[in-house]
Amino acid sequence: MAGIKVFGHPASTATRRVLIALHEKNLDFEFVHIELKDGEHKKEPFIFRNPFGKVPAFEDGDFKLFESRAITQYIAHFYSDKGNQLVSLGSKDIAGIAMGIEIESHEFDPVGSKLVWEQVLKPLYGMTTDKTVVEEEEAKLAKVLDVYEHRLGESKYLASDKFTLVDLHTIPVIQYLLGTPTKKLFDERPHVSAWVADITSRPSAQKVL
Amino acid sequence: MAMKLYGDEMSACVARVLLCLHEKNTEFELVPVNLFACHHKLPSFLSMNPFGKVPALQDDDLTLFESRAITAYIAEKHREKGTNLTRHEDSKEAAIVKLWSEVEAHHFNPAISAVIHQLIVVPLQGESPNAAIVEENLENLGKILDVYEERLGKTKYLAGDTYTLADLHHVPYTYYFMKTSHAGLINDRPNVKAWWEDLCSRPAFLKVSPGLTVAPTTN
Repeated sequence: MAGIKVFGHPASTATRRVLIALHEKNLDFEFVHIELKDGEHKKEPFIFRNPFGKVPAFEDGDFKLFESRAITQYIAHFYSDKGNQLVSLGSKDIAGIAMGIEIESHEFDPVGSKLVWEQVLKPLYGMTTDKTVVEEEEAKLAKVLDVYEHRLGESKYLASDKFTLVDLHTIPVIQYLLGTPTKKLFDERPHVSAWVADITSRPSAQKVL
Repeated sequence: MAMKLYGDEMSACVARVLLCLHEKNTEFELVPVNLFACHHKLPSFLSMNPFGKVPALQDDDLTLFESRAITAYIAEKHREKGTNLTRHEDSKEAAIVKLWSEVEAHHFNPAISAVIHQLIVVPLQGESPNAAIVEENLENLGKILDVYEERLGKTKYLAGDTYTLADLHHVPYTYYFMKTSHAGLINDRPNVKAWWEDLCSRPAFLKVSPGLTVAPTTN
């Protein structure tokens, strides 16, 4: 049986997003390591899987996908009867989830990813963290987390009282930021802090570290 | 009661939703939000979208923001009428629509909106465009359009042989881009050009494009 394959790098936030979803669903899969430092993601054969040359890429039998949030949504819907429910059905619940996914994509992730790049990845590549960028991006992240704080005062998770893809998509970036001074922004907001402790302690989140 | 869409017709993100409403033949009321007077930053608007951006949508007791969440909601709620924008009936087909919607959101949009911001929005604020930002993003956009050129040589639309949200989401910023002196990025790629001309022939486009009135003051 061909089964599920994930082509990615274990440290990549986008790859981890997909792995967490697979673990939430208790799905078996094969992980194919793409060596980013050798540029494997920009060359054949990987580039045939994702012409934009980014990890992860995904296969389920003959069916092929890329873009982590398209993959997680496929997993959530196609395997809706397995493991934990990651989306709610009904058009208004879908609307809330769609909105939460967009907020994470357009407001949280661009800022969070820049902070991960400056504070975690640049030092690994022997480059220097730009403190001005960190300060600017932390100011933007604080505003996003204020919105999350308000939302989490109204419901246990971002889209509803149950854990969904909206929460899941934030986990990989949050995990990295908890190891940097940016952690303080999460700690300072009581609802956000409790939510972070909850989602990062899920077995699926622990498995990708 | 008809849905209420809060925004201004000249906003690309509002236009994205207007296109979807017309594709779905959905009744709605457009409630103007004066962007030049910064009404999108007032508490009355922030209560609908705490990020202070248009559009926002109200449908009975549901309030939504983020244009692509709104289009997904409209497409789902009215799945049985108008154009099939999501291929909801098949999980794998629906995933391909989502894939190319993600490509628009994470690859195409950052590059093209950065160019439009410099060439149209910045001059409206009385400043000069940053040539380095324009150049860098045009280069990125060219590489992305090379991928589209290859894709559209295999399928009529991005997600397959029918028009979906994956194509629709591209329309407003591309329309503005074609008003700049860089339209060659589209016109010099035959498959992309044919795709763009097809998108412009749709009745929903012909209803929405007259509202996309701002134009570059410098190129």
